[in-house]
Amino acid sequence: MTEMSYADAAVLALRQEMTRDPMVWALGEDLGPAGGVAGQYRGLQAEFGPRRIFDTPISESTIMGAGVGAAIAGTRPVVELRYTDFAICAADEIVNQAAKIRYMFNGQARVPLVIRQSIGARRGFAAQHSQSLEAWWVHIPGLVVVAPSTPADNHSLLKASIRSDDPVVYLEHKELWGIRADVDPDAGAGEIGVADIVEQGDDLTVVTWSNMRQVCVEAARTLRQKDIGAEVIDLRTLWPWDRECLLRSVRKTGRLLVVHESVRVGGFGAEIAAEIGEFLWKDLRAPVRRLGLERVPMPYSAPLETHFRITSARVIETAVEMIEYSSAV
Amino acid sequence: MAETSNQVARIFGMLRKMQVIREFDLAAERAWKDGRAYGSVHQYIGEEAIAVGVCANLKATDYLASYHRGHGHSIAKGADPVGMMKELFGRADGICGGKGGSMHIADFSVGMLGANGVVGDGAPIAVGAALAIRLRGEDRIVAAFIGDGAINRGPLMEALNWAQVYRLPVLFVCEDNAYASSTRTSSVTAGSAVARARSFGMLAETVDGNDVLAVDALAGQLLGHIRAGDGAAFMHASTYRWCGHTTRDTGHYRDPEEVEHFKGLDPIARCIGWLREHGLAQDEIDAVRSEASALIEEAMAAATAAPDPTLDAAYADVQDLGGAR
Repeated sequence: MTEMSYADAAVLALRQEMTRDPMVWALGEDLGPAGGVAGQYRGLQAEFGPRRIFDTPISESTIMGAGVGAAIAGTRPVVELRYTDFAICAADEIVNQAAKIRYMFNGQARVPLVIRQSIGARRGFAAQHSQSLEAWWVHIPGLVVVAPSTPADNHSLLKASIRSDDPVVYLEHKELWGIRADVDPDAGAGEIGVADIVEQGDDLTVVTWSNMRQVCVEAARTLRQKDIGAEVIDLRTLWPWDRECLLRSVRKTGRLLVVHESVRVGGFGAEIAAEIGEFLWKDLRAPVRRLGLERVPMPYSAPLETHFRITSARVIETAVEMIEYSSAV
Repeated sequence: MAETSNQVARIFGMLRKMQVIREFDLAAERAWKDGRAYGSVHQYIGEEAIAVGVCANLKATDYLASYHRGHGHSIAKGADPVGMMKELFGRADGICGGKGGSMHIADFSVGMLGANGVVGDGAPIAVGAALAIRLRGEDRIVAAFIGDGAINRGPLMEALNWAQVYRLPVLFVCEDNAYASSTRTSSVTAGSAVARARSFGMLAETVDGNDVLAVDALAGQLLGHIRAGDGAAFMHASTYRWCGHTTRDTGHYRDPEEVEHFKGLDPIARCIGWLREHGLAQDEIDAVRSEASALIEEAMAAATAAPDPTLDAAYADVQDLGGAR
């Protein structure tokens, strides 16, 4: 085990995959001398050269469209779009090209590429650099959606995403770039579609992903002191998502709280809540609850931003309400 | 003398291709009208010389990225018209299993990377294919066909810039049929397509797109530049769309005299005229048309008899990871 940051874990994964397969390469803005906006490509251009760590102009449509063209012509590109907010400039190429080509052409071509776009709020990043748009991508048939929350997962799931023959939208959270934890550098590719049960508990299931994992873990530890056992499940991948793991947990606990940093309205939490409502309503001891951002653009000012952020205190408060609800009925 | 006879044989071969494309799209229109083909069918009638003249200069291993009006590009690159007609009919053994239709015909076995329903999107894909060629160390080029409507889309400007700044082996072919859907392109376009390409420092030339000899000659010249490793090039080919934007469009917004004028510049008739002047007998020319017509009638019959896809095909090739639900 080696302690490393979430960003360095991604560098390690990409280095290992580029070494293993000469057809793996990356394209995007500021990858070479800068090493990526968060150092997630640091040192790779010096090691692999400018053709495989390929610096591009600010041309999101063509960064993405060229990724698609290079994928159908026999390579495995890692497409860096910097922020999910900028990936919107390439939404056409993601949705209409990457996700559809295999299907429209009846499997004549595959589109094996990774579409990296960082998500989430970070102090002062304001309205155009703070969004979490995972629900948009999950909505599109043809796409795989991955949102790792730990350095170890960023290492193993990036490897798995690069090896996938499907296009993978890969969402790294801006607040996680610097977090450090143990990574097994020899770990192979992780399994896409498998959740991580981070905390065990019998009273309440808390399902989450990305940076909200840590928030929920902190909440679960406090709840334990109040004799409330919260089972925290980090989905890690949103399509496919580990529905069976969640169903098992909610059958046991009878309560489900979904926590994500994307806007609550129309968020992926709504899909999860609906699934649980449809299939497990008889097992539920309290209404399914969701915590997500209010439907407001992220403001710049620190106190305003803080007001909207989802904290462990809010997770605890909601969890307690859910326990009290069933005691009251 | 031998050179002339080689050229006559070459142009005669192009006539065959043009005639097949013409017959295919005439048949596609009939099939759309009687309901066997449906959705959006974009005909290439009147523009055949461009696809044929360019593709005569492509190798089997070269790539072609097309757009929504892709029947002609597909046939010119070597796709099977029978499989294509089955595709228009939505049949199981259509060239894309009936899952793409007219707008999404692709035949990767001949380097045809797909027709594309989003205007201009083929250009960035072509640039990416060229980057893959470079990374893989292959000896191929990419021909990216676009319509005149695409010249006002940002992604095309990005793709032109990339192709030039990275010296990529891409030939952009702008088929200017004067209308972007129903809008006269000149009424919404400042400057010109060629000037835009040249502003990137790209080699860009204009050609009469209804003259297959001229298209062939210019394509040869531009591809020589590209194959020599001197970077991308741009061909602007003027032509005219005989039909509406799609089979459901009557083209009522155009002056009938204008349409008749351009029908008088029929690329097939002009090609025939040249061949007659160079000694080809009328019955040889008539035979080309009969052969093309027979091939397409056969395609129509085969497509009519072909089975529909089974429901499991609808669920195939979505993605490996994660099911439909």
